Amino acid sequence: MRHNVAGRKLGRTTSHRLALFRNQLASLMAAERIVTTLPKAKELRPIAERLITHGKAGTVHARRMVGRWIPDRDLIKKLFDEIAPRHAERPGGYLRIVKLGNRLGDGAEMAVLEFVDYDPAKKRGVAAKGEAAAKPAEGAPAPEKPKKEKAERKAAEAKPERAETKKAAKPTARPAAPAKKKPSMPKKIGGS
Amino acid sequence: MPNPKRRHSKARRDKRRTHDALSVPATSVCPACHEPKAPHRVCPHCGTYRGREVVEVAKTK
Repeated sequence: MRHNVAGRKLGRTTSHRLALFRNQLASLMAAERIVTTLPKAKELRPIAERLITHGKAGTVHARRMVGRWIPDRDLIKKLFDEIAPRHAERPGGYLRIVKLGNRLGDGAEMAVLEFVDYDPAKKRGVAAKGEAAAKPAEGAPAPEKPKKEKAERKAAEAKPERAETKKAAKPTARPAAPAKKKPSMPKKIGGS
Repeated sequence: MPNPKRRHSKARRDKRRTHDALSVPATSVCPACHEPKAPHRVCPHCGTYRGREVVEVAKTK
């Protein structure tokens, strides 16, 4: 019996689940806001908040502890230099989960996981700018924005449900969504 | 293979179905746009939650 065993399995094996969390944490640190299913958001929040607390410590050891979860050094740097200092005065509770209602395809309850100081107006501007710059800037200078976009794209490929701001998600999500739907449609028609 | 000996009466069938009723989903009214919305959820009509929480840009689907 699984009495008193914390955590959800999310229908995945341990390694699959940990990989999912790593991808989502990277996206969260890059975009500062992700849209995912409610159970995933609930699983992710404590992990992410622990990372912020590590970020406040700022030691090399803390950096390595964060490295266990975030596979991207640039994002770790961002977490330590940008995100953690912003929350220096806050005694925990860095992230907010807002319920969005049920997803159309499978009825899964969706949620937004975002930093409590997330400012939609500010972020949307950055995301739009970053997108325009990202395509030609693969090997170009301007290290901050292209890096961010790269990480987001990486994560988008790995895990379609994740999706940061609506705007940033659109270009990647659009081609993926119809492709996904098509295989299921004929099946239904043929089956009935 | 075993088979039913007797057809179930309408009463029996209907009694079985007394527990099959669906419940009406709970709704509340969005304080921003006064449209009905699911409680504790972002309003799908105007995209707000708790005042400023603009989560999605309201667009006509």
